[in-house]
Amino acid sequence: MHNEGVSTSPVELEEPEVDDDTSLARPWVTIVWNDPVNLMSYVTFVFQKYFGYPKHKAEKLMMEVHQEGRSVVSTGSREEMERDVQAMHSYGLWATMQKADA
Amino acid sequence: MTGFKRHRRSGAAVATFTVFEADLLRSLASQLIELLRNEAATGASQGDPLEDLLDFSGPTTAPEDPVLARLFPTAYPDDEEAAGDFRRFTESTLRDGKAAGAAAVIDTLEEAGLPPEPEDGLFIDVELDEAAVMTWLRAFTDMRLAIATRLEVEEGDEEYWMSLPDDDPRAQVHDIYDWLGYLQETLVEAAA
Repeated sequence: MHNEGVSTSPVELEEPEVDDDTSLARPWVTIVWNDPVNLMSYVTFVFQKYFGYPKHKAEKLMMEVHQEGRSVVSTGSREEMERDVQAMHSYGLWATMQKADA
Repeated sequence: MTGFKRHRRSGAAVATFTVFEADLLRSLASQLIELLRNEAATGASQGDPLEDLLDFSGPTTAPEDPVLARLFPTAYPDDEEAAGDFRRFTESTLRDGKAAGAAAVIDTLEEAGLPPEPEDGLFIDVELDEAAVMTWLRAFTDMRLAIATRLEVEEGDEEYWMSLPDDDPRAQVHDIYDWLGYLQETLVEAAA
């Protein structure tokens, strides 16, 4: 997921001194990962409740998590994604965030 | 054993538990609170394998404790510094929220008549409005994550658990895990 091969000093590139949350920054994504515990019905319910997604979209994302192991469930600024990840953790879903693929 | 149903007129999710089921839920919720509030709990063996397996307040402190690691995952898997910042700013809020949810489950059960010591023949009726449904769904999730992490439940391992003898404490704990899953499934259905 990272920009491998772009630079020999990726750490410096990825930790800029300037505020990352500018319009120039690439959008970020929230990823929910599959786990053997959470019920399919519950994961769908959480996507509907928290993101306000219609049922068919929530089910599609849930199936992606279930079958492909992960799904991008939201996209936005870094701050927004931190809020979403925190919310997913509050629901017991395994979520991470990263910059959207370039 | 019955799960949740939607009450036709009020729209609330309702369930009737035996006093022993309600007492078990209270005990699981208490252990979750204990784990969340006191990560330094020693979790020494109580001499009873069933109780030891149900004891979420494990021997290691966060984030080494696998249950806490699962309840509070690393948000930035490839960026240690950002992950640390995220944890610093969110984990205590998340911990408080999960502990408050488990405490609300206990309150609801006790308000519904669950006595300090369960007495045979008693039934506990609970009725959950929309907000309470979400609280209970989260609490069921946290309890199931805790038990599954301790048992090392994996995808598609149902046959393994079925193959264990009935008197194996791990099989008994897995039965409780399945029961919580059933309650959660019926609660999602009642709320949808």
